Amino acid sequence: MRNRKSDKITWIVCMMMLAISFLIPSSARASGGEGGSFDASEMIFGHIGDSYEWHFTNIGEKAIALPLPVILYSRERGEWFLFSSSRIMEGETYNGFYLSKGEKYKGKLVEQDINGDEVRPLDISLTKNACALLINSLLLILLVLWCARWYKEKDQTSDAPRGFVGLMEMMVSMVYEDVIKANIPVHVQRYAPYLLCAFFFIFLNNLIGLIPGSANLTGNIAITLVLALCTFLMVNIFANKEYWKEIFWADVPLWMKPVMAVVEFLGIFTKPIALMIRLFANIMAGHAALLALVSVIFITFSISSLLGGLMTPLTVLFCIFLDFLEVLVAFIQAYVFTMLSAVFIGLSQAHHHE
Amino acid sequence: MFLLTPDSGLIFWMLIAFGVVFFVLAKYGWPVITKMIDSRKQYIDESLENARKANERLAQLQEETAQMLKQAQEQQSKILAEAVEMRNQIVEKAKTEATNEGQKLLQEAKQQIAQEKESAIRDIRREVGVLSVEIAEKVLRQNLQNDDDQMAMIDRMLDEIMADKNI
Repeated sequence: MRNRKSDKITWIVCMMMLAISFLIPSSARASGGEGGSFDASEMIFGHIGDSYEWHFTNIGEKAIALPLPVILYSRERGEWFLFSSSRIMEGETYNGFYLSKGEKYKGKLVEQDINGDEVRPLDISLTKNACALLINSLLLILLVLWCARWYKEKDQTSDAPRGFVGLMEMMVSMVYEDVIKANIPVHVQRYAPYLLCAFFFIFLNNLIGLIPGSANLTGNIAITLVLALCTFLMVNIFANKEYWKEIFWADVPLWMKPVMAVVEFLGIFTKPIALMIRLFANIMAGHAALLALVSVIFITFSISSLLGGLMTPLTVLFCIFLDFLEVLVAFIQAYVFTMLSAVFIGLSQAHHHE
Repeated sequence: MFLLTPDSGLIFWMLIAFGVVFFVLAKYGWPVITKMIDSRKQYIDESLENARKANERLAQLQEETAQMLKQAQEQQSKILAEAVEMRNQIVEKAKTEATNEGQKLLQEAKQQIAQEKESAIRDIRREVGVLSVEIAEKVLRQNLQNDDDQMAMIDRMLDEIMADKNI
């Protein structure tokens, strides 16, 4: 019975592969355009990066995209501008703003100053990432508040929650007990909300980022920068005397003290920077690898249909594998970020001789 | 490279979004859940502790009960042994008393019998004496009708007396 079932699954997968290998050439040629050349790096960076509209797919030559609001403050003219991104996406100029093709501000909205040089206005447009960020944040707030509501009329003698609330409690408990309490000796209640926020924010955005068509948030350095900044503030604002003493007057021979002070002082900044880069690079690289694998299909088809047909099933299988891997990475990176933040906070609260 | 330059607009939105997420969840979200996790953990710990104590108490009680049972059994057997001993003593005492009483009664009876016998013998003797005196008188009166016989009689009697006294 089991064998027959797995045979059936294998058969279905094979048929799907075959279907894909027949279907893809046409779309590959279509997206390849007249020249037939497929620019993999542009596609990859286009997907990883940000954009002023939320582009889902192309049907034929027509782009299916959600235009998003552009919010600009022009320093040159001293006024605010608010308009839809659909006015500038096709390379038009609107109110003097256009998407730069220059090296410095490629793909960003710019205006020209009196000398005719491109300058960036103050740009707080609701880009694809910003929009996804707001949606995901709202989703996170709603999810957690919905869980929190369950506890309203319960006390410790009630049964443990089931279903989604139970899942959330399991994860909260894991982070709370194994990461936060295990690393931070005192003032747990001061740090727990931040670390839980960080974990669930990163985890949720990692997972949502894996959905095709969604934004790559945690693989964006602006997002990880803010997260790392929060950890930096959390570590240093509440740090105790012992921590500062360890940095500026470490327990080493006198002649080494200045050296250690410099090293430790740099460490204050390198730790959060490492957090920022690690999360960003892991998620970004995962997305890039997935997109590169997908690109293989298009590239091989642009060389020859036979090669493409042969490579496609293999590539799709590898993509599926990589997707599973990315789900794992989504969790691991959220966990690692939280864990290291907790460790750094724990160090800032350490009592040396106790 | 553009990937490594953080976009100021996105930083702005991220600060707002994460800030809002943080403040809302730090106020209404996580404390509720973590408080419950803590209190449930404490409750479970306490329950376990109580269960452990109850078990200990139960074991102690069982031990006490066993002890009491054992003591009671010892007491019982002791009481039984005492009762047996006491019964034996009483029986023994009764026996000796009975024997003594019997002996005494027997003794008294014997004494009385002996007294009765003595007095009877005495009476009989007195009677016999009187009778024999009378008889002797009568016999003497008949035999001593002549003088010779009287004299002979006196002599013989004197002889007898002399012989009795061994003179």
